[in-house]
Amino acid sequence: MDALRNGAYRMKVSLFVTCLGDMFYVNAGKAAVELLEHLGCIVDFPRTQTCCGQPAYNSGYHKETIDVAKHLIETFEESAYVVGISGSCVYMIHEYVHLFEEGSEWQQRAQRLKNKTYELTQFIVEELQIDDVGAHFDGVATYHTSCHMTRLLGVKEAPLRLLENVQGLTMVDLPNCHDCCGFGGTFSVKMSDISEQMVDEKVAHIEETKANLLLGADSSCLMNIGGRLSRHNSSVEVKHVAEILNSRGDG
Amino acid sequence: MPMQIGEKDFKQRVTSGIADDFMRGAVRSAQTRLQGKRKDAADELGDWEEWRTLGSEIRRHTIEHLDYYLHQLSEKVAELGGHVFFAETGEEANQYIQQIAKRKHAKKIAKSKSMVTEEISMNQALEEIDCEVVETDLGEYILQIDDHDPPSHIVAPALHKNKEQIRDVFKEKLAYLKSEKPEELALFAREKLREEFLAADIGITGCNFAVAESGSFALVTNEGNARMVSTLPKTQITVMGMERIVPGWEELDIVVSLLTRAAVGQKLTSYITALTGPKKDGEADGPEEFHLVIVDNGRSKILGTEFQEALHCIRCAACINVCPVYRHVGGHAYGSIYPGPIGAVLSPLLSDYDEYKELPYASSLCGACTEVCPVKIPLHEQLIMHRRQIVEDEKKTTLSERVAMRGFEQIVNSGNLYRTATKMAPLLTTPFAKNKVITKGPGPLKHWTHARDFPQPVTERFRDWFEKRGEQNGKR
Repeated sequence: MDALRNGAYRMKVSLFVTCLGDMFYVNAGKAAVELLEHLGCIVDFPRTQTCCGQPAYNSGYHKETIDVAKHLIETFEESAYVVGISGSCVYMIHEYVHLFEEGSEWQQRAQRLKNKTYELTQFIVEELQIDDVGAHFDGVATYHTSCHMTRLLGVKEAPLRLLENVQGLTMVDLPNCHDCCGFGGTFSVKMSDISEQMVDEKVAHIEETKANLLLGADSSCLMNIGGRLSRHNSSVEVKHVAEILNSRGDG
Repeated sequence: MPMQIGEKDFKQRVTSGIADDFMRGAVRSAQTRLQGKRKDAADELGDWEEWRTLGSEIRRHTIEHLDYYLHQLSEKVAELGGHVFFAETGEEANQYIQQIAKRKHAKKIAKSKSMVTEEISMNQALEEIDCEVVETDLGEYILQIDDHDPPSHIVAPALHKNKEQIRDVFKEKLAYLKSEKPEELALFAREKLREEFLAADIGITGCNFAVAESGSFALVTNEGNARMVSTLPKTQITVMGMERIVPGWEELDIVVSLLTRAAVGQKLTSYITALTGPKKDGEADGPEEFHLVIVDNGRSKILGTEFQEALHCIRCAACINVCPVYRHVGGHAYGSIYPGPIGAVLSPLLSDYDEYKELPYASSLCGACTEVCPVKIPLHEQLIMHRRQIVEDEKKTTLSERVAMRGFEQIVNSGNLYRTATKMAPLLTTPFAKNKVITKGPGPLKHWTHARDFPQPVTERFRDWFEKRGEQNGKR
């Protein structure tokens, strides 16, 4: 880490902020930029980036998704690394290879994008090989393991390892953490009755922990759970992991 | 459609499921128990992932060579003196079984648990010709006594009922006088069923796995009822779904281990019965006459399609036991005798999208099902494939959805349009927002805000901040 800070080796990283990060949870994106810079990276933001296309893909609109995928592949073509602040959207980018014909040029380009695209905590732990980002945040928090990030992208340990090393932060286990929060993209609207039951159960488990903070690495899940907590007038605050990892004890 | 159960309307079924506190309590506790047991049984092996890989390879190989193994099985069964009937449809299977019952002048038929007979409504077909069909699996027996309540789970059919409800059913229908203790309930049913086994003219079993190389049929139970059904009556009929077959005993060993561990967290069930043909000269037990009914009923049309892996299913219900959607709505909400994730994949394939168009959407795509499937069926991906078929081939989505997706595509494909749209969003949502929160949203947001608040889009987007920061840094 010292070598990184001293600028001996500065990685160039393109931030993929996701549509929710751009429009709703700007603090997560800001924190990610500052955190990556703190860890010695040079961060840029390719302006043409939009959405990963997941709403269309998961609804079965695959022709439409192909166009979206091509747009993002072009957007990040020149990037050395792409770091996203949502596990689910990063997984969607990894899925692009399956959208194109086997062996086609587009598939190869999708594969190159997949190879260099990481979720934020995954990038810090696996690529920068840092377990302790030197953060300090006083509080008691529980962590929501989002389904696509853990099951599909396969990133389970990285966020927890980084959070465990945050000074002043006590992490408490979330009961039934493996259960989906009920977001599921269009599911939350199409099957809103069922989604409601799922988020209710999640909120009940969060409240059981007595934590005053809910953390996650997926803005969509946080929007869902946060929306329900807010409707309940709950005192539990919702934050993206990037915000905690970027705290230096003043928050 | 014989597979269809409950109310016609999906929404209505979901609403009644959610409102049924008893059912939800029973399902919740069963799921918790079965999830824990499955996990312990998997962990105990130490190399569960390798077992899954092996299981998936066996299933892939078998289904890819299904014609070969079915032929081998049929030859073997015939060699042993059994009769083989290949039914293209459920009706054909039922007609064949009715013919046997008529020929044997059968009055009473004892039956062990079988999902494929539920799928083709075999009991009804036999009742139409005045046969009494007795379910001998405890769960199925309870449901049959309770005015033919349909199964809500493929392994534990009465999972939606708690022990107090079962006591009440027995009390009301069979003058049961004891308590809701599972031991007392089971003992009572056992005594009742013993008489039925002895009186039955025909025994009908399902089939967990047929073993092609020896013409045998493996039945997995914890109650031993399949053994009674297949040894006491003089005539035995085994009904199998076309895909429920393994090449040999070595493969059977692996898939049975995967099945019992994934289904109920047991190394082995109390009974694993293997039947090979009718009774031979000099043998004391077994039926004098044996019939095998192989049911296609829509399975061969799945072969060779992108859904072929759905035929790898070994009916363990592990996917159902982890599914959060199933937990909240229960099995009956699916409207099919095959509920949960595998039911949502399979039901539209065996029937059609008209009947089951909602099921592929009854999932948050959380992937819990795919993660536990002992033969690695990519269940959540198959649900996405269904959605794609509904969109592209069936063109069965609503116009508003198609327009919305088209708009989405155009906006996100153009950096400029996207930037304009995200810039406008805070202004457009202002009429609905209060303190930056939307509590009653318009359009599709209405469903969202029924239970949750929605944040208002920010006026200074991330990209605005980043640009401004770059300019400031440049000036410095």
